[in-house]
Amino acid sequence: MADLLIELFSEEIPARMQARAAQDLRARMTDGLVEAGLTYSGAVAHHTPRRLVLSVQGLLDQSPTLREERKGPRVDAPEKAVEGFLRGAGVERSQLQERDDKKGRVYFAVIEHPGRPAADIVAETLENVVRNFPWPKSMRWGSGSLKWVRPLHSILCILTADSGEAQVVPLDIDGITAGSTTYGHRFMAPDRFDVSSYDDYAAKLRRERVMLDAGERADHIWQEAQNIAFSQGLEVVEDKGLLAEVAGLVEWPVTLMGKIDEEFLDLPAEVLQTSMKEHQKFFSVRNVRNGDSAGRIVRFVTVANIETPDHGKTILAGNQKVLSARLADAKFFWENDLRIVREKGLEGMAQGLADVTFHRKLGSQADRVARIEALAREIAPHVGAKPDLAAEAARVAKADLQSEMVGEFPELQGVMGRYYADAAGHDDGVPEACEDHYKPLGPGDAVPSAPVSVAVALADKIDTLTGFWAIDEKPTGSKDPYALRRAALGVIRLVLGNELRLGLTELLTSASRQLHMQWSASAVVAVWYERVAPNKLEPRERSAGWDASLDAKYDAVVYKATTESGTPDLDGTDWAENLNNFFDRYVGPFPHAITVSRAVPDLLAFLHDRLKVHLRDEGIRHDVIDACLAMEGNDDLTLLVKRAEALSDFLKTDDGENLLQGFKRANNILAQAEEKDGVEYSFGADAKFAEVEEERALFAALKEADKAIKPAMEAEDFAAAMAAMAALRPAADAFFEAVQVNAENPVVRRNRLNLLGRIRGICLQVADLTSVEG
Amino acid sequence: MNSQDTKPRSFQEIILRLQAYWSGRGCAVMQPYDMEVGAGTFHPATTLRSLGSRPWAAAYVQPSRRPTDGRYGENPNRLQHYYQYQVLIKPSPPNLQALYLGSLEAIGIDMALHDIRFVEDDWESPTLGAWGLGWEVWCDGMEVSQFTYFQQVGGHDCHPVSGELTYGLERLAMYVLGIDHVMDMPYNDPEAPHPLSYGDVFRQTEQEFSRWNFDVADTQVLLRHFEEAEAECAAILARPDHDPKTGQRIVMAHPAYDQCIKASHIFNLLDARGVISVTERQAYIGRVRALARMCADAFVRTDAGGHVA
Repeated sequence: MADLLIELFSEEIPARMQARAAQDLRARMTDGLVEAGLTYSGAVAHHTPRRLVLSVQGLLDQSPTLREERKGPRVDAPEKAVEGFLRGAGVERSQLQERDDKKGRVYFAVIEHPGRPAADIVAETLENVVRNFPWPKSMRWGSGSLKWVRPLHSILCILTADSGEAQVVPLDIDGITAGSTTYGHRFMAPDRFDVSSYDDYAAKLRRERVMLDAGERADHIWQEAQNIAFSQGLEVVEDKGLLAEVAGLVEWPVTLMGKIDEEFLDLPAEVLQTSMKEHQKFFSVRNVRNGDSAGRIVRFVTVANIETPDHGKTILAGNQKVLSARLADAKFFWENDLRIVREKGLEGMAQGLADVTFHRKLGSQADRVARIEALAREIAPHVGAKPDLAAEAARVAKADLQSEMVGEFPELQGVMGRYYADAAGHDDGVPEACEDHYKPLGPGDAVPSAPVSVAVALADKIDTLTGFWAIDEKPTGSKDPYALRRAALGVIRLVLGNELRLGLTELLTSASRQLHMQWSASAVVAVWYERVAPNKLEPRERSAGWDASLDAKYDAVVYKATTESGTPDLDGTDWAENLNNFFDRYVGPFPHAITVSRAVPDLLAFLHDRLKVHLRDEGIRHDVIDACLAMEGNDDLTLLVKRAEALSDFLKTDDGENLLQGFKRANNILAQAEEKDGVEYSFGADAKFAEVEEERALFAALKEADKAIKPAMEAEDFAAAMAAMAALRPAADAFFEAVQVNAENPVVRRNRLNLLGRIRGICLQVADLTSVEG
Repeated sequence: MNSQDTKPRSFQEIILRLQAYWSGRGCAVMQPYDMEVGAGTFHPATTLRSLGSRPWAAAYVQPSRRPTDGRYGENPNRLQHYYQYQVLIKPSPPNLQALYLGSLEAIGIDMALHDIRFVEDDWESPTLGAWGLGWEVWCDGMEVSQFTYFQQVGGHDCHPVSGELTYGLERLAMYVLGIDHVMDMPYNDPEAPHPLSYGDVFRQTEQEFSRWNFDVADTQVLLRHFEEAEAECAAILARPDHDPKTGQRIVMAHPAYDQCIKASHIFNLLDARGVISVTERQAYIGRVRALARMCADAFVRTDAGGHVA
């Protein structure tokens, strides 16, 4: 047995790639070793900014000898056949054995594959792994052709025997010869040193100022940061992603706490935090929470990679200076943005959105805002919001995209919108909507519940979905560049989380209509520019040389186009006439109705698919969901889920079993008869044709059940309705016991089938039970 | 020459120390290219010389122009005209990181006191059809240089690979000299008979160019110049390799590349004037890239580009 130690020492590996690379090194090396016959007892990988390290324990000293037997031709086979066999097996004729076989006497070749020393196998495997390493991006350097994430400088590769003796694995990859040495910390211990085992390596590295284990580095940073903060009565704002990243930027973490200049402390906490994190990779440190008020951010923690004689004083001073320059920028943005919204309002800030393309085919951000506004207004009454407020919120919710702050920190979109909406004097849930209309962002993100926020959030997502559906940019497989699955799940969670009763078909159609009206309008405007006013083409230069008469005509075109639901044919030679006619004409059939009629059901089906995934995660069976999807009103997701949950719960009870079995029995008989007769038995059962007591009893039971089912269905109390249906089971069972449904008398037979048809009809009111398995 | 143990006292001293340092490491110390460029990378000593198989080592200061960054000389860090210090060594030597750190020591940054970090930053120039991998180098949290291993330039794979170092001189110097506003930085020795600040030298030009860049530059003229430079570049390269006058083979890669540089800078000016929309932007970048590729194709057919007759 031996232990294997590998260190691949390179220039700085990007922090985000290190952990994955260490895993890949472990998996690919151990897979390769095992495939070559070298088993082992354990393997651990580590990573630092400059090293990938693998330690394999309990590796076999050599791979086992393998014996292979191959059956050849009969001994009396033609010479050519025997020679071919010898070539194929790679053996001499003298090594062949003759044995008896079913077919007679045949040749056997016995081939021995001797075991190979571990060093050879390790060398071969490691070379293969290095040459084919799955870096997300790799590069060449100097004159070589080897690829690595950054220049690879040295390879340490040793096998340590139980005796403690270490052997360098003989390996040379494009001039990099494996050895038993490595280097310490770049600045504090740059000299080369020799190692004899993993333990020796880890111990010497620590002496040479390298903390090998990334987890230990992260723990150390977090512990130190908390201690420093705590000693001054402060606390560090937790950020696991940042912690992992910072641990990947240093080999010897030294944690330092610095001050934020007084003049920046009034910036919004999110701004301080984002600026410090994104630009400087600083942790935020805040005053300890006092009651309800969250503590203000007052300090930062930075992690250096070096211990200095002045205990980090120079480093901290430098970092503080850089931070002040950054925050001066942020403060400048903040004050500028505030000045603009106070002077011109958020609408003023939003003006520039007309020049920002949302998507080439879906117009500008301003076009999109106009669509969202119309839709939010329409949704408002369904969610308990005032339409005017919802429209106001939609109009300003994207304004902050034009702010300098969001230009600098895109991740602050929404957050800044809320601050600026407050500053501009918006109220009544509008500022909250500016922030919350992006939510929910993921499965774990909270769903907004304030009515105005809900209206805008829904409108935003429905517009996005409708738009990309209309231009046929649906998600396929793993590709979903516009995050449409997330938008769909957002719609679902907004509806369900707030128990909204909405007909989605209507909303999706409205959203499509908004889009198509804009398309019509922009087609008209394009032609207007091109053909009517070719010298006034640049909208941004409209002020220069644009006279009032043109303006009036232009506005007329746009007004008509956006308010009417017709569009002229502008492609042919008759465009001018068509344009004229267009002015004269009033409402005509919506020209894109075909597209809409295809896109809307398709999009609803997509939403249903996402809902299925969502409900499956909540433990509702696939067939149960299908049974409910088949019902009318399935674009009301709240009703749909209510139905599915009731059915799912009910099927788990004895009554559920009764309902299902009763229904299936009736349905099976009916289905056979209907197929044979070519008619549907669904109407006209009459108790007067009943011949036996059990039959009459079933009629009576049905009448009784109807009394309970009807009001229950009206109240959408599916559980009560299903309980009443299940209660039919004894009467139905007795009926089947006593009665031959397919009676001789055709009148009696038809009456009985129609009776079963009534049972089926009643049961199908709640869900399409034919889809339910069991 | 100043000793490394003393701190530099002026902007120009930092430049002089870098020149001396890289000269001492075997680089040809070149002078700035005599055309307007957006970055030191555009100098043919980098763009073209990173192509082909011949070894190369050059260091130089390159005045760089970024019209959109103009702030009338008022912003403490932003300038529409600034200096880059550029080093290009082909093939990249194995000790390039150590050489680079030595250059920081040379301008007075003590490695024992400061926190130097190599933070992932991949470089891409869509206008040059070029990309490479490397880092931005941080000193105490401030970016002081870009460090790149060129992988592709003008659409050609780099064989061998060049190592490129770019120092933003004003920012680096402000840090070393402890200055908060660029205009306050000593340009020459503060104890010279006529001490000059960076502002004395450049404040007025920053104002003049900011005004011209943003509001005055004639966009119609610029658009025409762009088209002309583009056409001229193609016309130069369309000429046969054989020069009838001298009877020699003369591929005119550099004159064509001058036109490419010109087109690129005019595009930057048009961008600053705000007359290029988001969609047009991509198209313009693509047009400049096409020129850069043509020039790269031509250069590798020259002697300096490794062409063997």
